Amino acid sequence: MDPATLTPDALAALEKAGFSRRDFLKGTGALVVGFTMAGGGGKGRAHNPALDQALDVPLNQVDSWIAIAQDESVTGYSGKCEFGQGFRTVQYQLIADELYVPRERITLIVCDTDLTPDQGVTSGSQSHPAEFGPNGLRQALATAREALFQMAADQLGVGVGELTIQDGVIFVTKDPSQRVSYGQLIGGSQFNLLVNPDATPKPPSQYTVLGTSVPRYEIPAKMTGQFEYVQHVRVPGMRHGKVVRPPFPGSSVVSVDESSVENLPGHVRVVVRGDFVGVVADKEWQARQAAMALLVTWSEGTALPNQQDLYDYMRKQPSRDSYTVLAPDVDQKLKEAAFRVDATYLCPYHMHGSLGSSGAVADVRGSGPKGTATIWSASQGVYPQRDSVAMVLGIPKENIRVIFVEGSGCYGLNGADTVSFDAAVLSQEEGAPVRVQLTRKDEMAWGESYGPAYIVDLRAGLDDQGNITVWDYEGWTLTKGNRPNADNPGNILTGALVGFPTPPLIPGGGQPPTSYNNGSNADSSYGAGCVADRCGGTGNIESERILLHTIASPFFTGPLRSPGRLQNTFANESFIDELAAFAQADPVEYRLRYLTDQRLKDVLNSAAEAASWDTRPSPNPKNPPTGVVAGRGIACVLYEGNNGYSALVAEVQVDQDTGVVIVTRFVTTQDSGPVSNPDGLRNQMEGGALQGMSRALREEVMWDAQKITSIDWRTYPVFHFGEPLPVVETVLLNRLDTLQMGAGECTITLVGAAIANAIFDATGARVRQVPFTPARVLAALALRG
Amino acid sequence: MSITLNVNGASYDVDVDPQTYLLYVLMEDLQLNGPKFGCGLAQCGACTVLLDGGPIRSCLTRVSAAQAPHEITTIEGLGTPENPHPIQTAFIEEQAAQCAFCISGPMLYGKVFMDQNPNATEAEIIQALNGLLCRCYAHGRMVRALMHYGQGVRP
Repeated sequence: MDPATLTPDALAALEKAGFSRRDFLKGTGALVVGFTMAGGGGKGRAHNPALDQALDVPLNQVDSWIAIAQDESVTGYSGKCEFGQGFRTVQYQLIADELYVPRERITLIVCDTDLTPDQGVTSGSQSHPAEFGPNGLRQALATAREALFQMAADQLGVGVGELTIQDGVIFVTKDPSQRVSYGQLIGGSQFNLLVNPDATPKPPSQYTVLGTSVPRYEIPAKMTGQFEYVQHVRVPGMRHGKVVRPPFPGSSVVSVDESSVENLPGHVRVVVRGDFVGVVADKEWQARQAAMALLVTWSEGTALPNQQDLYDYMRKQPSRDSYTVLAPDVDQKLKEAAFRVDATYLCPYHMHGSLGSSGAVADVRGSGPKGTATIWSASQGVYPQRDSVAMVLGIPKENIRVIFVEGSGCYGLNGADTVSFDAAVLSQEEGAPVRVQLTRKDEMAWGESYGPAYIVDLRAGLDDQGNITVWDYEGWTLTKGNRPNADNPGNILTGALVGFPTPPLIPGGGQPPTSYNNGSNADSSYGAGCVADRCGGTGNIESERILLHTIASPFFTGPLRSPGRLQNTFANESFIDELAAFAQADPVEYRLRYLTDQRLKDVLNSAAEAASWDTRPSPNPKNPPTGVVAGRGIACVLYEGNNGYSALVAEVQVDQDTGVVIVTRFVTTQDSGPVSNPDGLRNQMEGGALQGMSRALREEVMWDAQKITSIDWRTYPVFHFGEPLPVVETVLLNRLDTLQMGAGECTITLVGAAIANAIFDATGARVRQVPFTPARVLAALALRG
Repeated sequence: MSITLNVNGASYDVDVDPQTYLLYVLMEDLQLNGPKFGCGLAQCGACTVLLDGGPIRSCLTRVSAAQAPHEITTIEGLGTPENPHPIQTAFIEEQAAQCAFCISGPMLYGKVFMDQNPNATEAEIIQALNGLLCRCYAHGRMVRALMHYGQGVRP
């Protein structure tokens, strides 16, 4: 490792740990890492050809996760990182609790392909399940703690049960003068232990640090401008790059007139690689000017489907089909039903809309087997990025180091990976470090992998009592690309621009399911989810058919906070409400008829009670048909079938003359098992509620015949300061006897349906198309009898 | 061209094109992290700094228009983690952020407003921040932080 490329934290940790990380990795059995301690500033890692068997930091070794130095300091390593969701602080809390050490002694190093275990991507509300699960940091900590206990017992000549642990010191309970510290036991040495699957983590009921609202460690630095985001990485010799994107999706480079920038200041370099075009200059301002001045001739783009007809278009395309549930009696039950209710729900493309446009710094030297690269990236997945950048650069992945540095909140696959590719390509041409930050337009039109549009058709049969006998879901969505990986650098824009194919959608599928997987919440909360003699759902409706058609998208798509789950839950939680109204039942009581999962019932009841839910059918019979009226709506879900129980009440005001909807209050209950940091969880719930409101009321990616037209905050309006701010009340259920689950995407999943249900309650009008613009609300009001 | 900037109480000479937008100079030449590039279009507020005590969008202000004797203040100039300004303390105590990329907008517009209107209501504070963006939506906490700051400001 080149010390100049290590972050200050990593350097400090290495010094404190008292041994070289490289030495550890080389010395651990057959595992070797292909790098050496190269000196000199600003250089990438030197490749040692003798170490060609390069492998990653092994997940099953305790030493991959923890190091303890002679001075008692503890260094933790993890592949899960901080995106503003507060997880870094939770990791400190976890180490403090499991190892009984004060926070001040802990250093945490995360998401560095040279130093940390590969835990995949930080996303999907998986940080808690992963870190607290059998293959994460917690199990390694428990193994280490038990090993330290045993070492202490051996050294002090007593049984393990006679020892107490406190502040990194283990002492004989009955004679505290008999004591030994971690530093004395192991400081500076390796554990040389496999993570023990039978080691017992601390029970949540005994937590003293977890479970408390420890203030987030990096917030003071963020509030005082000291915090270094990826956009602030500055390395010696760094120059500045800007990209020049095609004007239209599908456009190719015809010619580039380099003379158009040759007289501009800043030693401008023009880079063209396939359809990737960029410039590099001494200063960012100069690069910006050059990018604006560069004359590029592009070919015509590909024809885009008419946005007005998008949903009709989607239904007609060849699709890849998959069933979540396929009961054999659905059509028959629909025919036999006393009543039949049908509804269609529509969600547009949404973007992540990160506040800060994505940025990255890359330091690439050379190409081929001797090339090296270091990339500072805000990617959610430094390992897949490393593997895919290797393809883009033609450099072995063993010679590439990707270091996570926090960027602007990403909410999924924003431009972080694309801009890392941009910087890498420019740097490779430059032979020196290059920083790239995208313009607002480049981020929105050419950096994003949008959350795709959805159509959900729902059909239910009811008996003559208004009870549901059959539930039939048919959905359509779109896909193009995804997160980049070694097999598909073309999954994201820049990979495609430099010439890697984006995997095409292959129509087909449609086989009956063999096991139940409700990862996209296509099955509602009320479905029994019975597949192959096992029912995995949270409800009791057994006659279900859940069929999703996925078609090719004209625009790149990727995970956006609560991907698919949000759109499906909007549909399902609106629909159950429509059925409740049909049956003239209270929305909460009606849901409870079909829920079997007790924890889901608990959050539903909790949110209703906390909101002082007015128990009666919707719509409110007292509301007049004109003027401003108030309403309440509710929604509930078990996120992706197994990862967070959530319920949300929305209270709205609807101006029936203008169609304007104002949310006045949200009340939401969350059950994600033991709560790691109550205030941190509340922060996520509050943010998710408001971000969900922005998506439900405002957001929609727009395009014309040739190009995306949502290119800034005027053309992609979002909820902003100045608008009426709802009160957000949060209720946490702290389930100490259950497994840790995620939470960051639960609240947002429920907002669309809760608001739509509240609008219905207020007015009797049903909005089924996101966003609920005033025009759409007025149209729904006009349809009332 | 050499331009003198007074930033956070110190004076700096930078060699830049006078047409350069101030944000680029603050980030690159002065290596400040407080004001940030969010949009470059004065639509979000991430680039906000105080110019002679009043909030401006540095992403669209020419460096020549901000040069000495004007005084520029970034959030770094208010305080440090060891010695935070009361408004920073208020934000820290409320945990008024998630990613915090937006922070210069709400904090600086908020400070100027609350210094002049320490008794402002929540609705007035929200109006004072009109147009600013926070995409993680820490709005509620920020408004509470500003109210607490206002309580401290009152004589």
